[in-house]
Amino acid sequence: MTVPLRLSVRRSDVPLPETARTALRISLRVPSELDVVEQAVDVVARHCVAAGLSARQARFNLRVALCEALANAMIYGNQLDPAKGVMVLVTVTEPQFTIEVADEGRGFDPGALADIPLPQDLEATGGRGLFLIRKLMDDAYLNDRGNVLCMVLRRA
Amino acid sequence: MSFALRKDPGGVVVVGVDGQLIVSNRHELKQKVLDAVDGGARKVLIDFGNTGYIDSSGLGALVSLAKKLREAGGELRLAGLNQDLRTLFELTKLDTLFQIADSADEALRAF
Repeated sequence: MTVPLRLSVRRSDVPLPETARTALRISLRVPSELDVVEQAVDVVARHCVAAGLSARQARFNLRVALCEALANAMIYGNQLDPAKGVMVLVTVTEPQFTIEVADEGRGFDPGALADIPLPQDLEATGGRGLFLIRKLMDDAYLNDRGNVLCMVLRRA
Repeated sequence: MSFALRKDPGGVVVVGVDGQLIVSNRHELKQKVLDAVDGGARKVLIDFGNTGYIDSSGLGALVSLAKKLREAGGELRLAGLNQDLRTLFELTKLDTLFQIADSADEALRAF
C-alpha cells in the first residue's frame, strides 16, 4: 500500500551557532507502516543529495542508517501503531547533515547507543541495526527521553 | 522491489533481488526461498546484481535462510554485491559466513 508522504522543505534565515550562515531543513512525517520506509528513505536521500550530500554517502551511509532508524522507531518506538507517526528532520549546515528521527514511544535508554558491539553469534538473525547506525554515521545519540535518535553525517 | 526466481540447468535456484532487501520485504524473500526448499531445492543463490541497499533485517533474513538450507542439507550462496554491499557484509563480518561470488555466472560455475 502506498501512503502519501507529507514533505516540507524549509530554509531557515536564523543564524546558527555553527559556521553555517543559514540552514536548510527537511522535514517529513512518516506513518508507522513498514511499507513506506523505502519511500521515505528515498525522499530524504534525494533532498540531501540536492543539498550537497555526496552520492556515496546518500546511497549507502544515509539510506541504510535511516532505514534502520525508521524501522526501529516504527517497531520498537511506536509499536506499529498506525495512529502514531515518525518525524524525520534533517538540518543541513556547512559541515554536516544532522538527521533526527523521532517516534511517539516511551523512549529507550539513552546510553543504548554508546558502544554497540556486533552480536557474538555470527548467525544471530538480529542485533545489527544499532551497530550499523554507529558505523555508518559520524555520530549518533539519543535524547534524554530516548525517543529521538540524532545522527550526524559530515560532508565527505 | 521484487524477487525473481529461476532454476539454473544445474539445479541451482537463483533469486534476483531487484531493489532493496529491507524490513518491509524480507519476509517475502524468506517465504519464496523456503517454498523452493520445500519443493526440493538444496542449492540457492541470491543474486544482488540489481540491488540498492540491504538493512539489518535483510541481513538477518539471509542468515536465517542460510541456517534453514544447511539444516536441509543444502547451501545458500550470494553473488553480485556492489562495493557498498560488500562493505556492509564486511562491517558485520557476514562476509565470513557466506560464500560470495562477484557475479551470478561465476557463482553458478562453482556451485
